[in-house]
Amino acid sequence: MSAILTVRELQVMRGPRLVLRAVSFEVGSNEVCALMGVSGAGKSTVLRAIAALEPVSAGEIVVSDVRLEAGPLPPESRLRALRRRVGLVFQTPSLFEHLTALDNVTLAPIHALGWPRERAREVARELLASLGVAARVDAYPRQLSGGEAQRVAIARSLAPDPQLLLMDEPTSALDPARRGTLGESLRALAREGRALLIATHDAEFARKVADRVIVLDHGRVVEQGAAATVLESPAHEATVALLRVVPSHDDWD
Amino acid sequence: MTRLCGRASIALLLAAGCSAAATRASDARVLRWGGDAEGGAPFVEADPADPSRVRGFDVDIAAMIAAGLGREPRFVQVAWASIEASVERGDFEIGMSGVEDRPELRARHAVSIPYYEFREVLAVRPEDADRFRRLDDLRGHRVATLGATQAYRILLDAQTKRGVIPISYDDDVHPYADLVAGRADAVLLDNIIAERSLRRSGGFVIQPQPVELGHYVAVLARRDTALRDSVNAILRARMSDGSLEKSFRAWNVWNDSEAAYFKRVLATPAASGTTIVGSSRSMVAYLPSLFRAAGITLALSFLAMALAVVTGAGIAAGRVYGSSVIRTALTAYVEIVRGTPVLLQLFVLYYGLSNVVRLPAFAAAVLGLGLNYAAYESEIYRGALQAIAASQLEAGRTLGLSEMQIFRLIRAPQALRLALAPMTNDFVALLKDSSLVSVITVVELTKQTAIYATNVGSWVVPGIACAALYLVFSLPLARFARALERRWSWT
Repeated sequence: MSAILTVRELQVMRGPRLVLRAVSFEVGSNEVCALMGVSGAGKSTVLRAIAALEPVSAGEIVVSDVRLEAGPLPPESRLRALRRRVGLVFQTPSLFEHLTALDNVTLAPIHALGWPRERAREVARELLASLGVAARVDAYPRQLSGGEAQRVAIARSLAPDPQLLLMDEPTSALDPARRGTLGESLRALAREGRALLIATHDAEFARKVADRVIVLDHGRVVEQGAAATVLESPAHEATVALLRVVPSHDDWD
Repeated sequence: MTRLCGRASIALLLAAGCSAAATRASDARVLRWGGDAEGGAPFVEADPADPSRVRGFDVDIAAMIAAGLGREPRFVQVAWASIEASVERGDFEIGMSGVEDRPELRARHAVSIPYYEFREVLAVRPEDADRFRRLDDLRGHRVATLGATQAYRILLDAQTKRGVIPISYDDDVHPYADLVAGRADAVLLDNIIAERSLRRSGGFVIQPQPVELGHYVAVLARRDTALRDSVNAILRARMSDGSLEKSFRAWNVWNDSEAAYFKRVLATPAASGTTIVGSSRSMVAYLPSLFRAAGITLALSFLAMALAVVTGAGIAAGRVYGSSVIRTALTAYVEIVRGTPVLLQLFVLYYGLSNVVRLPAFAAAVLGLGLNYAAYESEIYRGALQAIAASQLEAGRTLGLSEMQIFRLIRAPQALRLALAPMTNDFVALLKDSSLVSVITVVELTKQTAIYATNVGSWVVPGIACAALYLVFSLPLARFARALERRWSWT
């Protein structure tokens, strides 16, 4: 397994407060990695730091051959290489409200990558079809259901073909049936050679989708390893607590 | 004298019986007379020694009339252009402040005998003294004057007959300032105003040959014919006993031709108050000029709004994205422009800066209104830009769009929809505020309506026509904005 994402001794401050301390982990290609922890554990901050939306006060982030150093955020012009390699799906889909589903997906390929419009539309249609929202290409975000909006958002992040896809709580707006479908879609994306890092506190989802699990507690990594190992025999009390508060699969049905 | 007082008391009783003005003047021993102290000496001016009092030859004459009627004069300040309307409303009984005798005035109000004969004279720059001697010499040239005056009427006539270009002002100082500054080639106004301006600031010469003769009169409400007759009697008495001459001499406006004029008046027997009914022009005749003025209002509003939108967007972008120096400068601009009257800004732009840059009136109007509204627009856009969720911008960033692209493709289009309703509001407001530019000589819809109303002596039809035109412009605009908003609602 070659590492696509390497996070070393990552530290993030918010004001005087340390929100991440010495976080280190790797995610390889073809790998789905679940980043778990209760709300406020620091999951979203890890994703935002990797996506260069949040400055890092110490440590480093490497995506393939691109390195993001500690310090204030560099200007966008120096982040192009990173942006091309990293896709982020926000917890709320944050689709561009004035654009149709199709135009949401084609925006970056046309304007950031300079693709011809026709090619961008073709790729976007394929992506939307593979995610099961082919029928909704001309809909505006407000006309989409939560699940549809999320799949359009995934298609939007995938359009520039990033090697690393970050997702923040992707199951929060989905019913159980949709979670299953989403899980399959994500596995398929990993099979294509991508690395996926998914922030979730949904243990059931993690169990189904993830190869590996990283558990965060109060901004620290307290446990990481193969999904089966960590979720079946948790070693840290934070993991135990996390698994306890999550309702069982039977409750969902 | 006794006989006069007797007549005056009868007139007083009559006036008290039938005139609303007199009933409104609660104290029957007071003569309320209206004038405009802004007009200044020698007509009516605030007394430098006691600014709560007024002085001038019109003040002297009012005192003579009041004394003749056995009453105390009380001055009522009124804008010069509103004297006629105010006297008819009953705000005061006599209006006097260099009011010019003209047929329309006699058609609509009770008017006294003329108490002063003036000459409409041309003022030109010294180097043009030989070139522009008469109106005929001014074909194709700009001639400035005070609006709604005999001089303005002469110029409108000369526009069709001699091809001069009349420019109307709301005051009698700026025509001369603009003459000296080169914005106008001549000024036509009465000799008193011309000589006063020459003494005050100079820089021009007055042509000796008068263009026309004219007369100052006192104006009364149409129903007050009895009071008018008393006023006439008093005026004739003061002409013959030399009191009027004394006052005119004191104010430095007495000359030989005035003496000759007094002689002519006193030689004709006192006529009873027959009013000369002037032919009132058909209302339809005013419509073309009203439409033309509406066109100017529309063009002015569209150009000013376009300027406001572009400048406002620039200011908003600067305040959201700019460095702290840029932000501070732009904030200062917005606060200064919003915190001072647009009227003042127009004055400064047109008159105040005329030594530095001599803007044509229309350009100054577009610039003044446009830059003023830009401040308001920028606040709308700034609010709209800041209302776009941060996650929308972050989504753009993670997709690799540049800040410029995020602004152009994501933030601005969404902000525009939020700004649309307040922008429409502002445009309708601008359409109406455009009437302010008449102070810098642009004749737009409201100004033209005022001219029209003065001529026909009523605000009813001109007012309705003017309001209808404004509504014709603003209502479709509101509909258009609503339709656009619906189309952009993305649902």
